[in-house]
Amino acid sequence: MEEKLTLFKNRKRFGIEKNIDLIFKNTTLALSSLVAIVLFGIILVVFFQSFESFSRYGLNFLVTSEWNPVKDEYGAFTAIYGTLVTSLLSLLITIPLGVGTAIFITEDFVPKFVRETVGSFVELLAAIPSVVLGLWAIFVMEPFFREFFVFLHKFFGWIPLFSSEPAGRNSLLAIIILVVMLLPIVTSIARDSLNQVPKKLRNASYGIGASRWKTIFSVILPAALSGIMAGVLLALGRAMGETMAVTMIIGNSNVFSWSLLSPGYTISSMLANQFGEADGSQVSSLFYAAFVLMILSLVVNIFAQWLVKKFSLKY
Amino acid sequence: MNSLYYQKKLSRNVGDKFFTSLSVFCALIAILPLIFVVTYILIKGGAQITPELFTLEPNPPGDDLDAGGINPALIGTLVITTIASIIAIPVGVGGGIYLAEYSKGGAFSKFIRFGVNVLAGVPSIIAGVFIYALIVSTKILFGSMYSGFAGGMALSILMLPTVIKTTDEGLKLVPNELRYASLGIGASMYTTILKITLPTAFRSIATGVVLGIARAAGETAPLIFTALFSYYYIVGFEDLFYEMGSLAVLIYNFALEPYDAQNKLAWAASFILVISILTVNIFSRIFAAFTEKTKRV
Repeated sequence: MEEKLTLFKNRKRFGIEKNIDLIFKNTTLALSSLVAIVLFGIILVVFFQSFESFSRYGLNFLVTSEWNPVKDEYGAFTAIYGTLVTSLLSLLITIPLGVGTAIFITEDFVPKFVRETVGSFVELLAAIPSVVLGLWAIFVMEPFFREFFVFLHKFFGWIPLFSSEPAGRNSLLAIIILVVMLLPIVTSIARDSLNQVPKKLRNASYGIGASRWKTIFSVILPAALSGIMAGVLLALGRAMGETMAVTMIIGNSNVFSWSLLSPGYTISSMLANQFGEADGSQVSSLFYAAFVLMILSLVVNIFAQWLVKKFSLKY
Repeated sequence: MNSLYYQKKLSRNVGDKFFTSLSVFCALIAILPLIFVVTYILIKGGAQITPELFTLEPNPPGDDLDAGGINPALIGTLVITTIASIIAIPVGVGGGIYLAEYSKGGAFSKFIRFGVNVLAGVPSIIAGVFIYALIVSTKILFGSMYSGFAGGMALSILMLPTVIKTTDEGLKLVPNELRYASLGIGASMYTTILKITLPTAFRSIATGVVLGIARAAGETAPLIFTALFSYYYIVGFEDLFYEMGSLAVLIYNFALEPYDAQNKLAWAASFILVISILTVNIFSRIFAAFTEKTKRV
């Protein structure tokens, strides 16, 4: 009798424990599904809010550049063009700079502690909030580059990209500050993928008489290429969505211009500028622009993840 | 010429020298921005630091009046970041526990891990837009529109992927022997997780979470139309449901003011923000290196 009772008790305790276990498991399950819910929630909410504007302008929204709350006419071409141009051009500058820095950190030109210091300096740069970089850009960078822009316009004004008189904030400054923000991303990911290349490959290359840089260009960089590409795409996604620093320095003008020396707009800076005060169909148009931005960055991000999975190093 | 000696003028050696200097040049350019930014903030912001800065309200921009202090923004940043942490840490740690401990690598966990990466890539301003549509414009929170609470929710969306990822990765590093041992002496799954695996992975998870919080504290884009900005002291609990200032938004607003006094306040706020974020970053780096050296298992 006595023994049966303890057995029963044990069983009962076991049952409660089992239930708690189940509850715990399902709670964590629910919490992890919250990620998916939030993600789909964002996509759905932004899509439905932009529906009014979407049904009114259709895809014309993407190719017209009039943005006139008074006449209630909206087209986001200037902002989309600005987003693509600033992010792509900044990436074009960042890739060689970041990969070059990553090579510096992973090779042994200088003692290890110097390389480690450079590495952590670059990574700490990523910790500086973008609004602080924007403040710095307004008060330090813009005056510093002013003369240079005048020079650029004087001698390269025949190129459409430099065809306007520089006056204060412009797209080129936004590109420069984006380079500062992308540099840590490209550098740290390129460094990680360079570090993952097995030493055997390097030694084999040295063994058959290749010089250091022949080895880097023909063996190490190709082996690390997929990782570097993924890092570049992540940086592209970041560049397109980057808001504060760009908003503060790009000049925020909806007048379309090919020139980088005139004020411009990006989707995110348009959102930051106008969302607070917008009403009526302008809000819907802003949601439409946000939807475009989200699709752009989603496509880039998903492609980056696919690339990592497809071409991840298998040594 | 004896070809066994190093020949300076050989094209491969010249090329190597050239590329090496190019790479050194890249590295030099790469460290310049941090040095310049931090120096300017130390000089320009450090000069503005006074005791009044921490206690006064900012004066509304106008003529050349004294700009006041940043007390409401400072407290606001703490409050908003705390709200974001209260939401994001339990959800993120819980979700991470599921991914690392329960999931068996099936379609669902793959999908969630993919979703975490995608969510991490969502532009921060989109989080603001989402919360605006969900909370601010619907006035779902007791009829209040812009509020510190909404701002905290927007930030929590940005923190969530970081927390899940660090939990997931931290737990994966815990050796399976510990789990077997715990299950072997009769502990149930949740006891094992709460008493054995989580405490073992605590250091790495905490480091990642703290870095995530530091990152969120500097985010501006999600706050500018969810928490908006306020010039007034935060006095009580109900202030959570009204506009709330933050250091980041203060920097943004006051940097664009034409008045010198406000610009100086923006530099002072940057000083405080950057110093705290860099301190957290450097300390967690040292801490992580220390953990690496003293690893028990």
